[in-house]
Amino acid sequence: MAAKNVHGRTVVFAGGCRTPFLRAGAAFADVMAYELGAMALRGLLDRTGLDPAAVDRVVMGTVLADPRTTNLARESALAAGLPASCPAFTVTAACASSNVAVSGAVEAIASGAADVVIAGGAETLSDAPIRFGREVRKRLIRSQKAKGVLDWVKLLQGLSLKDLAPDTPAIAEFSTGQTMGQSAERLAKRLSLTREAQDRWALRSHRKAAAATRAGLYVEQVVPARVPPSFGPIDADDGIRGDTTLAKLGAIPPAFDRAFGTVTAGNSSFLTDGAAACLLASAEAAERLGLAPRARVAATALVAMEPLEELLLGPVAAVAKALDRAGVPAGEVGVWEVHEAFAAPVLAFLKLLADRSYCRERLGRKDAVGRIDPKRVNAWGGSLALGHPFGATGARLLTTCVDRMEREGAEIGVVTTCAAGALGHAMVLAR
Amino acid sequence: MRSLSLKKRPDGVAVLLFDTPGRPVNVLSSGLLDEAGPLMREIREDDAVVACVLASAKPDGFIAGADLDEVLAMGAAEAESISRGAHAWLDRVEESRKPFVAAIHGAALGGGLEVALACRYRLATDDPRTVLALPEVMLGLLPAAGGTQRLPRRIGLQRALPMLLTGKRLRAAQAYRCGLVDALTSPGGLLETAAKAALALAKGTLRPPTDRRPIAEAPLALPPLRAWAIGKARAEVLRKTRGLYPAPLEILACVEKGLADGLAAGLEEEAVRFGRLAASEGAKNLVRLFDAMTALKKAPKGSPAPRPVNRLGVLGAGLMGEGIAAVSLPLAPVVLKDVSEEGLARAARSLRKGLDRRLRSAALTRLERDRRWLALKPTTKPEELAGCDLVIEAVFEDLALKRKVLAEAEAVLAPDAVFASNTSALPIGEIARGAKRPERVVGMHYFSPVPKMPLLEVVVAERSAPWAVATARAFGVAQGKTVIVVKDGPGFYTTRILGPFVNEAVVLLDEGAAIPDLDAALLDFGFPVGPVALLDEVGIDVAAHVSRDLGKAFAARGAAPSATFGKLFDAGYRGRKNGKGFYRYGPSTRPGGRKEVDRDVYAHFGGTERKPMRAADLVDRLVLLMVNEAAWCLQEGVVASPRDADAGAVMGLGFPPFRGGPFRWVDAVGAAEVVARMERLRTLCGKRFTPAPLLLEAARTGRPFHG
Repeated sequence: MAAKNVHGRTVVFAGGCRTPFLRAGAAFADVMAYELGAMALRGLLDRTGLDPAAVDRVVMGTVLADPRTTNLARESALAAGLPASCPAFTVTAACASSNVAVSGAVEAIASGAADVVIAGGAETLSDAPIRFGREVRKRLIRSQKAKGVLDWVKLLQGLSLKDLAPDTPAIAEFSTGQTMGQSAERLAKRLSLTREAQDRWALRSHRKAAAATRAGLYVEQVVPARVPPSFGPIDADDGIRGDTTLAKLGAIPPAFDRAFGTVTAGNSSFLTDGAAACLLASAEAAERLGLAPRARVAATALVAMEPLEELLLGPVAAVAKALDRAGVPAGEVGVWEVHEAFAAPVLAFLKLLADRSYCRERLGRKDAVGRIDPKRVNAWGGSLALGHPFGATGARLLTTCVDRMEREGAEIGVVTTCAAGALGHAMVLAR
Repeated sequence: MRSLSLKKRPDGVAVLLFDTPGRPVNVLSSGLLDEAGPLMREIREDDAVVACVLASAKPDGFIAGADLDEVLAMGAAEAESISRGAHAWLDRVEESRKPFVAAIHGAALGGGLEVALACRYRLATDDPRTVLALPEVMLGLLPAAGGTQRLPRRIGLQRALPMLLTGKRLRAAQAYRCGLVDALTSPGGLLETAAKAALALAKGTLRPPTDRRPIAEAPLALPPLRAWAIGKARAEVLRKTRGLYPAPLEILACVEKGLADGLAAGLEEEAVRFGRLAASEGAKNLVRLFDAMTALKKAPKGSPAPRPVNRLGVLGAGLMGEGIAAVSLPLAPVVLKDVSEEGLARAARSLRKGLDRRLRSAALTRLERDRRWLALKPTTKPEELAGCDLVIEAVFEDLALKRKVLAEAEAVLAPDAVFASNTSALPIGEIARGAKRPERVVGMHYFSPVPKMPLLEVVVAERSAPWAVATARAFGVAQGKTVIVVKDGPGFYTTRILGPFVNEAVVLLDEGAAIPDLDAALLDFGFPVGPVALLDEVGIDVAAHVSRDLGKAFAARGAAPSATFGKLFDAGYRGRKNGKGFYRYGPSTRPGGRKEVDRDVYAHFGGTERKPMRAADLVDRLVLLMVNEAAWCLQEGVVASPRDADAGAVMGLGFPPFRGGPFRWVDAVGAAEVVARMERLRTLCGKRFTPAPLLLEAARTGRPFHG
C-alpha cells in the first residue's frame, strides 16, 4: 500500500552524510561543534555534487550550545562553503533536535517556503558550556559599570566560597529534577524490563554495528575526518564494542540505582562527538537539480508526554500518529530506526506499541498499533553502540533508514526518537 | 590630464584628491609634484580652509609609490632633483598650520607612505587590502620623499629599520599598534571620518600623541648607543648581501645622518644618495624585472580565453604537491590524491599548520581559514578527481608512473579538463604519448618551496592545445606566480640552463677546485646559493639524472656530464635529503646556517689537496655556460623573448637580480667580450664553450638583446 503524502508538495530525501561518531574526549576532543557540523555539510555537498548556491536554507540541531557560536547552523554553513546568502538557523529539542530540524525542513519545503534545505545537527560532549555561578556572574556583569577601586571592592562583598563553584549544564529534567538515567530506571521498573533483556539489546546493538561496519555499510554515509594531531583519516565510529559479551555487560554495576537498578553504562548510550546532515528537496527541485530522490517523506509527527512517568515514551504516540497520517499499518513497515537513548525505552517502545490496553487507554486508539518484528529494528546497530551526539542522532537515523530501505528493498521506513522534555518524534519514509 | 584635484567643502575641510589618469593605482611623478605647488598655495592662502584631507579616488588603493617608468629614465641629477622637489612639498605639508590628514585605504607603498608620514594624522581602514610599506630597497632604490627620516622618528628605529631595509609590509592593525597609523576605521565613509578628524585637529579637540616610539628606544637617543644599533644593522646587511646591494647601506647612511644632524641634513643625504642609486644599473635592472613581472601577468594578445578552474586536482602529496595545494586553496576546492595515507596525513597536517599560522598573524580570518581547510579533500581514490577542471601532477619523477596517473585521471576527467605535469625535465610530449586526449596535456613546472618561489614555467608540447596553455597560464597568474611559457624539450628552459651550470661545478671539483672557493665565487657574483650547496639542495641523484639526460641530448655540442656524479651516487650521496652531501647536515644545521664542508667527499675528487683558483675564472666557467644555453633556448624558440629568459633565470634559478638576468648581463658586458671569453675557454676546456650562433650574431652586429 503506497503511503499517503500528507504534506502540500512532495518532499524527498536526496542524501545524508555524517562525521564518524567518536567518544567524547577522544580524537574530536579539540574540535568545536560547528566544525563538526561544517564537516558533515561539506561532505554532503561533495557527495551529492549539489551546487552550494542551490541551497535555500540550512537548519541544524544542537543541545549544549557553545555561547561563541550562538547560531551553530550559520557558522557551520559558512565554514562549509555555503554562500553568505544562504540563511541558516539552529533548533533545540534535546535528543530530537535534528529530527525536528528535518521535519521543520519538510514543512518549509512542503509549504513552498523553500525548495532545497539541508537539515542536520552537531554536538560535542568533549566541551561543555560551563559557567561561573550566578553570584559571580551577577558581579561580573555589574563590574562593567565599575569605575574605581572602591566599586571593585564592593563587588566582592557577600561572595562566599560556595559561590565560586561553576554551573555545569543540567543533566536533569528541569521540570522534574530527574536525570534521564533516573527516568530510564523508573520506566524499566514500571514495565518490568529485566536487566538481561536490556543487556541483550545492548549486545545486539554492538554486534550489528560491528557487522555493518565490517560489511562496509556505513562507508557511503561516513565522511572521513582529518584532525590534529595525526591528520590521518578517521573513517569509523570508535565506540562500537563488537566483541562485548553478555557476561561483560552483566558485570557493569547499575548507574542510577545502585541497590536495585537495571540501567547501566553498558545499556545506555555514551557521550559522543559528531555531526550529521541530510539533503531534503521538493520533488520538482530534485529533478531540476539532477538529484536522485531516494525516498519520499510521507508523514511526520511531534508529540509531548508527561515528564515524570513518560519522559522516554514519546515514540509510541509519535509513531502511532505518523503511521495514521501516512495511512500505513505498522506491520507494513520494512525498516525501523529507533533511537537507543538506553535499551530500556526501546524495549518499552516495542512492548507498548503492541500493548492493546496502553494503546486504548493512553492513546485513545481502538487497538494496539502493532507488533514489530525486532529483526527490522536497527539492523545496523543503534545509538547504544554508535554513540549519541545529541544534536546529530536524528539525521543519522534518517540517513541509515533510507540506506537500509535501499539495501533491503523496503518500501516503508520509520524513524523515531524520544527526547528530554518528554518529546516524541516520528517520520514515515516511502520508496 | 591632471592627477590632483582640490575640492573645498563648506565645513572648511579641503580634500586633495589623488587620481592618476589611465592607471589603476596612484603614482607620484614629477608631473604630480608640479601640480601640487599651486594647490598647496591655494590651501595656505584661502582663509575658508581650516584643514586638509589627502585621499585617493582609486577604489582599492591609496598611493602605490613613484612612477617607475620615470625613475628608470632618470640620470643622477634628475633623480636628485625630483627627490628635493618631493621634500619641499612634503615639508610644507608637515609644517602647514592647517593640519593635513591622510585617509588611507588599500596600499600605501613607498612614496605613498611617505606622503602619509608627512601629514599630522593618519587614518587607515581596517581592511585586508590596506597595507603600508617602503619597498624601494627591493628595487635597489631608497625612500626619497623623507621616509628614511620620518619613519624612524615616528615609530622608532627598531621598528623602522626592517621596513626600510627589507621592505617589510604592515597590515592596518599592525600599523596602528606601532603608531604608524593614528586610528583605524571602516572603509565606508572614510572621507567623512577623515574630515571629522581634520576639523577636530584644527579645533584642538583631537590631540594625537606626538611620540609613538616605544619606551625601550629612549637609550638610542644617546649617540654611542645609536651608533651601535646602526652599526649592528649595517653588519647584518653586509652579511646578508655580501656587499652586493648598495641600497640598504645608503638607506642606513641617510637614517644615521638625519638622527645625528637633524631632519634637513638627513633629507639632503636622501636626495644625493637617491640620485646615485636611481642612476645605477643595479636599480634599473631591478625595476626592469619588476616591470617584466607586471607585464607577464597579462595574457599574450590573441590568446584564447582560459577555462575557469572551479575544482583543482593535485596528484602526489609530497612537498611539491602540498605546496601547489597550498597556493591553490584560496582559489578553488582542491582534491589532493596520493596512494599513501601517511603522505596525505603529513600533507594535511602541514597545510593546516600553514593556515593556522596565517590565522594567528591575522592574514586570514577564522572563516577564511575554515573554508580553505574544508576545501581540501585528501583522498587515495582516483575517482574523486571527477569534476576537476585542471589536474596538476606532482608525483615521483618517473615516466611510467606519470603516464599511469595521466591515464587514471583521463578515465574520469571531462574532455576539456587540463592535465599539467610538474615534471622538471621529462618531456611533456613523452608523458602525453598514449593519452586519450594529448591536446589537454601541458607542463606546469613549479619551484620549491612552491609558496615562496615566484616562477612558474608553463611548458607547451607539440600537441598541447592553446586553450589548455591559456588555462594553465591563467591559473598560475591567479596563484600569484610570474608565468613564462616555454616550449617542450630537454630541460625546458630553466632546468636546461641550470644543467650545464651545476655540471661545470662538478667538473671544476674534478679539476681540483675547493668547495668553499667555488661557492663563494658565485655567491660574490650575486647568486643566493652556491652551485655546490645547490647540488645538495636539489639532490645529487636528481642533478646526476638531469646531467646525464641533458648530456645525451646535447652531446653534439660537446656537453660533458661529469662521471663523478655516478660515483657519488653509488657511494650513497644524495645531498641534503639523506644528510650525505658536499656539506655536513646534522640536527643543528639550520636551513640558512653556516655550513661545514664534508671533507670526505673530496675522496671522489682526487683527495683533500685542493688547487686555489681565481674567483673570476670560476664565475666565468659557470655563468658563461648558463648564459650560452639561454642563448640557444632563445634561438630555438624554447623561450619567447630575452625578457622571459631573464625573468625565468632570476626568479627560478636565482640569477643575480641586480644584474637583470642572462641577456641583460650580456648586454652589460658586451656580446663581443662574452664571445671572446668563451672562445678562450673553448681552447682550454672543450667544445661545450662554443658560443651559440645568437651570441656570435650579437657580437657581430653590436645590437643589444634588450632594445
